Amino acid sequence: MPERLEQPLPTWRRLYENGTVRKTVLLLVLALMWEGYARVLDNPLLFPTLTATVSALLASTRSGELPRAIAYTLTLLLEGYVLGLVCAALLTALASVSKIGADLLEMLTSMFNPLPSIALLPLALIWFGLGNGSIIFVLVHAVLWSVALNTYAGFRALSPTLRMVGQNYGLSSVGFITKILIPGAFPGILTGLKVGWAFAWRTLIAAELVFGVSSGSGGIGWFIFEHKNQLLIPEVFAGLLTVILFGLFVEHVIFRTIEERTVRRWGMQI
Amino acid sequence: MLLQAIGVTLQYRTADRVVTATRDVSFSVDRSDRFVILGPSGCGKSTILKSVAGFVTPVAGRILLNGATVTRPGPDRVVVFQEFDQLLPWKTVIQNIMFALTAGGRLPASEAAARARHYLEKVKLTASADSFPHTLSGGMKQRVAIARAMAMEPQVLLMDEPFAALDALTRTQMQEELLQLWTDTKITILFVTHSIEEAIRIGNRILLLSAHPGTVKAEIHSAGIDEADVNGRLLSARIHAQLFEDANA
Repeated sequence: MPERLEQPLPTWRRLYENGTVRKTVLLLVLALMWEGYARVLDNPLLFPTLTATVSALLASTRSGELPRAIAYTLTLLLEGYVLGLVCAALLTALASVSKIGADLLEMLTSMFNPLPSIALLPLALIWFGLGNGSIIFVLVHAVLWSVALNTYAGFRALSPTLRMVGQNYGLSSVGFITKILIPGAFPGILTGLKVGWAFAWRTLIAAELVFGVSSGSGGIGWFIFEHKNQLLIPEVFAGLLTVILFGLFVEHVIFRTIEERTVRRWGMQI
Repeated sequence: MLLQAIGVTLQYRTADRVVTATRDVSFSVDRSDRFVILGPSGCGKSTILKSVAGFVTPVAGRILLNGATVTRPGPDRVVVFQEFDQLLPWKTVIQNIMFALTAGGRLPASEAAARARHYLEKVKLTASADSFPHTLSGGMKQRVAIARAMAMEPQVLLMDEPFAALDALTRTQMQEELLQLWTDTKITILFVTHSIEEAIRIGNRILLLSAHPGTVKAEIHSAGIDEADVNGRLLSARIHAQLFEDANA
């Protein structure tokens, strides 16, 4: 009988090696523990069951209340994010053309990056009043520094050889920036976008909890806060679950897809 | 005479000092020459190449291409670098070559594609046309860089130790391929190296530079083989003696 050089692993072993399977099992165990503990506790005001949370989620989705809150939050988020990106682009451009600009970027970033954006909200309320302006202000602060710093780092990491290759082609200066510098710095830019997004999302939900209603509609943070006041705790849990699910979706689906199509495909992952 | 350097002195700046890389270097390159600049490290040979390319401006002297002073980089003088990261990582092999042709608005896309395929075939990399650079070996990356530079059909091809980072077997193979490409196209090559052996094999004319700062020692003709002269001394031994005679004296 010939010696077998390869033999398949037992089925359970192969399943154990699969990260998705492991994590799914873990998630199911946690869900069961949640449901079990909440049933034993039997106090929906403190800790509702998973089934109660899910049915609250479905109910407020069907009633249109939760989708409205999500839409409101996303609109605000996009406004703040885009404005933050524009400011970051200006700051990075300044840093790229002069040493003073680079020093300014480094100094401002090291000063303001450790400052949690939400700490600026009281001040913003005085400056911009009880409107969306205040929230957008803290969002810009949340996005600006990490995006500017990472983008600038991306430009600096671009190899001198690649710059010379670009200059060799006889491109115009606009062509050089858009076709060589920006794709070359894309790993840094993408890191900045990811970190900026993470800061912005957390800051926005927190800001909405403190203050989040204008002209009769509010975002997800407000949805959570309002239902706490009405002691509708399953809805509070549903709101939190929405925050988690949406955060996961952006970080693991949207940004992951961009990464796989660009920096991973190009072998430029840092 | 295609390319001329007249009394070129080059300096570069570090954080706290100005270093003179070459002093009063003159040479002239004819059409279809394979002109090699040979010298030990620190003789400023790469800096000379970069100033011919237009990346470094001489503090004294001039560089003339077809009688016109070189002031900035341009597609008529294309550089092949030593570094493997000279290909744009976000473009495939064929896109890298095509982009070099369409970038300055010099060729329409359809013509660029045809020319890119032609030169890719010359370096025998047609099979890798749609691969991204990070999946290629070092030798393949250098082949693409050479194909890209030749596709631009420059007046002079500038090569800055393009094979120095390759293993010995690949290096020898690449030298032969380069000579074959030259036979096909008769392109003018300015080639920088610190290897005497490589200089003899690649060049028909060799410029010897001494180090710190780089000055011209001699210009030598090579027939591509390491021949002995009437006294029985090998060409490589003579070059070695001329390069290092100060150190031995």
